Amino acid sequence: MMNRQGRPTAPGEATAGATTAMTFTGHRGLEHEEPLLFELGDPGRSGVDLPVMASASNRLGGLERTQAIGLAGLSEPEAVRHFTRLSRKNYAIDMGIFPLGSCTMKHNPRLNEKMARLPGFADIHPLQPESTVQGALQVMDVLGHWLRTLTGMPAVALSPKAGAHGELCGLMAIRAALEARGDARSVVLVPESAHGTNPATAALCGYQVKSIPANDRGRVDLGALREELGPDVAAFMLTNPNTCGLFEDAILEIADAVHGAGALFYCDGANFNAIVGKVRPGDLGIDAMHINLHKTFSTPHGGGGPGSGPVVFSEALAPYIPVPNVVHGPDGLRLVEQVNETDASFGRLTAFHGQMGMYVRALAYMLSHGADGLRRVAEDAVLAANYVLAGLSEELTPSFEGPCMHEALFDDRFLKGTGVTTLDFAKAMIDEGFHPMTMYFPLVVQGAMLIEPTESESKRTLDEFIAAMVSLARAAKSGDVERFKRAPALAPVRRLDETTAARRPVLRWLPEESEEAAR
Amino acid sequence: MRYLPLSAADRAAMLERIGASAVDDLFRDVPASVLLKKPVDLPGHASEMEVERDLVGMAARNVPAGAVPFFVGAGAYRHHVPATVDHIIQRGEFLTAYTPYQPEISQGTLQYLFEFQTQVALLTGMEVANASMYDGSTAAAEAVLMARRITKRKKAVISGGLHPHYADVIGTVTRFTDDDIVRAPVDVTGSEDLVSLVDEDTSCVVVQNPSLFGHVRDLRPLADAVHQAGGLLIVVVTEVVSLGAIVPPGEMGADIVVCEGQSIGNGLNFGGPYLGLFATRQKYVRQMPGRICGQTVDADGRRGFVLTLSTREQHIRREKATSNICTNSGLCALAFTVHLALLGEAGLRRLAQINHTRAAMLVDKLAAVPGVEVVNDTFFNEFTVRLDRPAAPVIEELARRKVLAGVPVSRLIPGDERLASLMLVASTEVNREADQDVFAATLSEVLS
Repeated sequence: MMNRQGRPTAPGEATAGATTAMTFTGHRGLEHEEPLLFELGDPGRSGVDLPVMASASNRLGGLERTQAIGLAGLSEPEAVRHFTRLSRKNYAIDMGIFPLGSCTMKHNPRLNEKMARLPGFADIHPLQPESTVQGALQVMDVLGHWLRTLTGMPAVALSPKAGAHGELCGLMAIRAALEARGDARSVVLVPESAHGTNPATAALCGYQVKSIPANDRGRVDLGALREELGPDVAAFMLTNPNTCGLFEDAILEIADAVHGAGALFYCDGANFNAIVGKVRPGDLGIDAMHINLHKTFSTPHGGGGPGSGPVVFSEALAPYIPVPNVVHGPDGLRLVEQVNETDASFGRLTAFHGQMGMYVRALAYMLSHGADGLRRVAEDAVLAANYVLAGLSEELTPSFEGPCMHEALFDDRFLKGTGVTTLDFAKAMIDEGFHPMTMYFPLVVQGAMLIEPTESESKRTLDEFIAAMVSLARAAKSGDVERFKRAPALAPVRRLDETTAARRPVLRWLPEESEEAAR
Repeated sequence: MRYLPLSAADRAAMLERIGASAVDDLFRDVPASVLLKKPVDLPGHASEMEVERDLVGMAARNVPAGAVPFFVGAGAYRHHVPATVDHIIQRGEFLTAYTPYQPEISQGTLQYLFEFQTQVALLTGMEVANASMYDGSTAAAEAVLMARRITKRKKAVISGGLHPHYADVIGTVTRFTDDDIVRAPVDVTGSEDLVSLVDEDTSCVVVQNPSLFGHVRDLRPLADAVHQAGGLLIVVVTEVVSLGAIVPPGEMGADIVVCEGQSIGNGLNFGGPYLGLFATRQKYVRQMPGRICGQTVDADGRRGFVLTLSTREQHIRREKATSNICTNSGLCALAFTVHLALLGEAGLRRLAQINHTRAAMLVDKLAAVPGVEVVNDTFFNEFTVRLDRPAAPVIEELARRKVLAGVPVSRLIPGDERLASLMLVASTEVNREADQDVFAATLSEVLS
């Protein structure tokens, strides 16, 4: 993430200079240099045995593909080795604490994976007759019930594919509801600490975005909000707990102000992990909120997806939710897949029924924790974050007074005059064996460091993390700048040149001849 | 609880370090009136064994495709996925990693994304591809928005052979923009004339190949006409294995190609997670939505990969971003990359040929059933048949007789009497000839 003053995107001069031992192969012990698939394989090789079939009469209408495609193939052992070697160049939650703020990198239980792979879930088609998928519809129905109960909201749309897709779902329902009362309005208000998907989504719904500043306590400036809340405002989008890791303590006044202006209240539920089982968003006056199943409910992030972003809705928005939906009928559960002319539903957001594979995983997680365990999840997550806040407050500079919720926000004041930046600090954490925290986000503080440990970490891990962070902070203050500038020195690669990558984009492999020609 | 490492003693020690007397002290910013005093009204925690029992019970109420002769397609296809694919994607280093924001410790993800982008570009016959979208339908909607940004025109013409759910998604996503979405009449026979709908205001034409009804079409005349009028051609492919057999959209003049990539590496999963492929011309790359991985060098001059061109994206551009997408389908892209690496060029071509041959065999078997008429002259692995009565009840009856036969067009496009007797039928490499014989015989019984 990048803040408004920008972070460095190219390795500085101080970072150059090899620090690693040279070997004949280029490999370094267990660390293997791995060529691209296209440099390893060739078009004739294959790791799949397929039967030879006599071609029947060709019915492709004379449109057979005749040119070579250029794909590379590998035998099975080569493929396993290639991708296994690649995997070892990744950090992952299975390997250590992954304290990315607002990303909720918690443990991904393997039971979830096993359940999602049951043929009764993994090997069913979205358009099979409903009579043959009653168990799948039951999963959706039960998951919906848990989400509605945990949030205290009466309606749910399961189909959005990720958080940002859920935001779109929520805002479209809001716009449809406003249009139904003959008043679409034109503006969506978004706090300046909001995640970038919030303003991007509002724009996609045809709204003009206005930013609401934070107060000096890291919360929405209620006065500024009241000033902007006019008859042109369709909705206020708020993340709660917010991206500074703080609970918006004026939330009830905010909801009243929003509703008083005839607007609707959207909540970005990215940080629901902090309050699940402790606070029901429905009690806060929220009209729509997406829930990232890949955050709060432990479905794996998979290196950037797939996610799942169901949205819960208030009574006011319930008629407008998208298809498909599961309903109870006389012969069991059935799917409503079409929007009839008399329906208020705003439409359809994806071809099929959403992320079934994620529904199963999330439900396995919910059933495992139960109502009592989920409450404990929030408590432990908040406890862990406050423990980190307490442990780091003396050496780092917390941006706001605590307690925090599930994540602790620091800024770069403690690095002032050291020559070390937030980016350098993050890269030095890599050498210490940690994935860095979220950096340069939220934008409301300088050089932000947002740490979310989650409930998955043991006290021992938290202690080790805190000790390492303290040691790095002291090293920076003691003038050991070089160590930070050349970091990471112990990762599979050293700092990467993002500036050149963007200026002269190389976005695919090309054979050497054509690469030459392209220049 | 097995997922929570903190003991009571740990919690007490941590509270003491924080200087709080109870955990609810940490929730003191929550208005007291809304802080729940006890758990919500849902069941309590359960052991792994109990949860497994519950979910296995739910799974048992479904009929898996592998248990019966199975011919359902219409945008999601059952193929055989090698065991290696699932092994690789379950490696914790891939499964439990985040979006590669810290490239130095994410080279595994970034390198496979670079390989994935290369495979997608080659397969579609395009120059560049992104690091994936949610699925084919959302990718199609993003393509329409992208065409609008490029052409600064608002009219999108949607083929009557496009999967109706894709058309619905496009319609929904553009509902509150002032785009003008023109849907051509349903094109059962693959003979529609889209050229007549194209004019100087047309931003793009969206056409699926093979179409919903299975027809394989030469899109070159359409591409020429769209380009003549200054618009873009968006080609949708819902069965990506077809690209192993058919002239790729890039060669037919497509400007943007979007595919549902599920067929390679990914199971049916009742509709998701799936994998949106998105490819375009180099000159449009800065208008492309989604994450993009690019090659660069590290401080020692060694090759490495990073997420790039992020000035298009929401985390930098906020309301001016090309798209609001953030999370995509990374792990599904890995499954695709591994499966396609295993297939290789030779394997993909053979797989495509087997699919086509299987479908051709099934066409002949079904055509011989009294009361069945095959609509298609051309097809890849899916085609349309017209029955002598409404298709939906026939398909229900076949399901009762343990054959999952196909998709009634009336489920996708309800309320049109002329379409009620149509059924979409797919056949892939997983269908044995014996399965096809059972299908034909059972259909014959039901229709007689």
